[in-house]
Amino acid sequence: MKEETGQKKIYVKPIVEGTAIDHLYPGTAVQILQILSISNFQVTAAMNVESKKMGKKDIVFIAGKKLSEHEINKIALVGRGATVNLIHNSKIIRKEKISVPKTAEKIIKCINPLCITNKEEVPTRFAVQNNPLAALCFYCETKMDEKEIAASVQ
Amino acid sequence: MKQAKSANSGKFSLKSVVSISDFSRPDIEAVLLMAKKMEGTSRAKKCKLLDTINVATLFFEPSTRTRLSFETAAQNLGANLISVADGGTTSQKKGEAVSDAIRVVAGYSDIIIMRHFIEGAARRAAEVCDKPIINAGDGSNQHPTQTLLDLYTIEKEFGKIDGIKIGLLGDLKYGRTVHSLAHALSHFQNVKIYCIAPKALKMPKHIIDELRGHVWVHETEELDEHLAELDVLYATRIQKERFPDPLEYERLKNTYILDRSILEKTKPIFRIMHPLPRVNEISQDLDETSAALYFRQAANGVPVREALLFLLSKQVKK
Repeated sequence: MKEETGQKKIYVKPIVEGTAIDHLYPGTAVQILQILSISNFQVTAAMNVESKKMGKKDIVFIAGKKLSEHEINKIALVGRGATVNLIHNSKIIRKEKISVPKTAEKIIKCINPLCITNKEEVPTRFAVQNNPLAALCFYCETKMDEKEIAASVQ
Repeated sequence: MKQAKSANSGKFSLKSVVSISDFSRPDIEAVLLMAKKMEGTSRAKKCKLLDTINVATLFFEPSTRTRLSFETAAQNLGANLISVADGGTTSQKKGEAVSDAIRVVAGYSDIIIMRHFIEGAARRAAEVCDKPIINAGDGSNQHPTQTLLDLYTIEKEFGKIDGIKIGLLGDLKYGRTVHSLAHALSHFQNVKIYCIAPKALKMPKHIIDELRGHVWVHETEELDEHLAELDVLYATRIQKERFPDPLEYERLKNTYILDRSILEKTKPIFRIMHPLPRVNEISQDLDETSAALYFRQAANGVPVREALLFLLSKQVKK
């Protein structure tokens, strides 16, 4: 699987069209795959690969898919600091370091079982703070920390 | 510390009263100033203020004190009152969504006062309804009018809130009144908050962290340690229903019992507040002392709720 081409190490077969989600913390690739709607796409994930910046990292390649803003916001809450690369004709045509959104709508499930969003068909809405990552439910005002957010992205 | 603003200069900016976190200092000051005016106005004069306004009290959860206080306030101002004291047995049993129930009641009323057991129900109501909503408690989340009457009581008793030294006592982990009061006090200057609780019922860390940017906070388990410094001790009931382990409740329920002996260590101006109902955390031998502020505190709910109804009714008339 691993080939050396000049300076770059290639762990998986590159995609011609689609999206590469790079600089994911080791172990987050699986959750990224779970929260994205990718069942109809060819997906490759590389986990615990070497990284100059991060030591180890995960990468996800999704052939033929361009991520929506909603999907990028989901990734931002699980894989902070990740980079989303848009690939066309085997070249990266746009590279975006994703940032944490100020609000998260229909992304996080509130951990408070008594919250109205868990009792009725009310879409969730959170105000998101960065450093440290936290999310405040618009309805029941429950504050969720980074671990709780990562476990509740849906 | 926040910049000082001139006392009682506030202009009320809220469309609904859902959470104390929506209140700025000017909003709080506007309510307290209006409550003072309401208290100084005879009922004969007040009774025409809301005489063209329909006020609905919609209680999906049983309540005695809060509902009576709101209904007294509405009637004192001459409002036409429609009331559902036990909404939990009507629309909720039929599976009606909060948003539907509120939209229907909004068709009959100009201001809606609601209590609901679902957390966030009041925010949802305010979101879907174009009429002002007053949250009279949504589960364990918010009860903003309790906090406003607490602030009004402090201001009335001490002439100001800035500089107050207050002890919060008992269940600081689950008690929504102390969380909201601490948050509201963070709008004021030179406030000192002493959080006095057993380890298992400590104020949540995220609340302490938020407070520390605005007010002086000290955490302790010892009640006697700071009694001599306090202006106010805000006692709370340790709520049995909050404990997953009944043995843990039995161990903690009598941690702090206030009786007349504490007055030997306190200042003459020292006062005890409590959101009521109490169980045994304040001995009845304190009731006749000057320190007992809790019954007057409960009575202050009426002018504060009159103030809120009047301030919100200005939007209705527009």
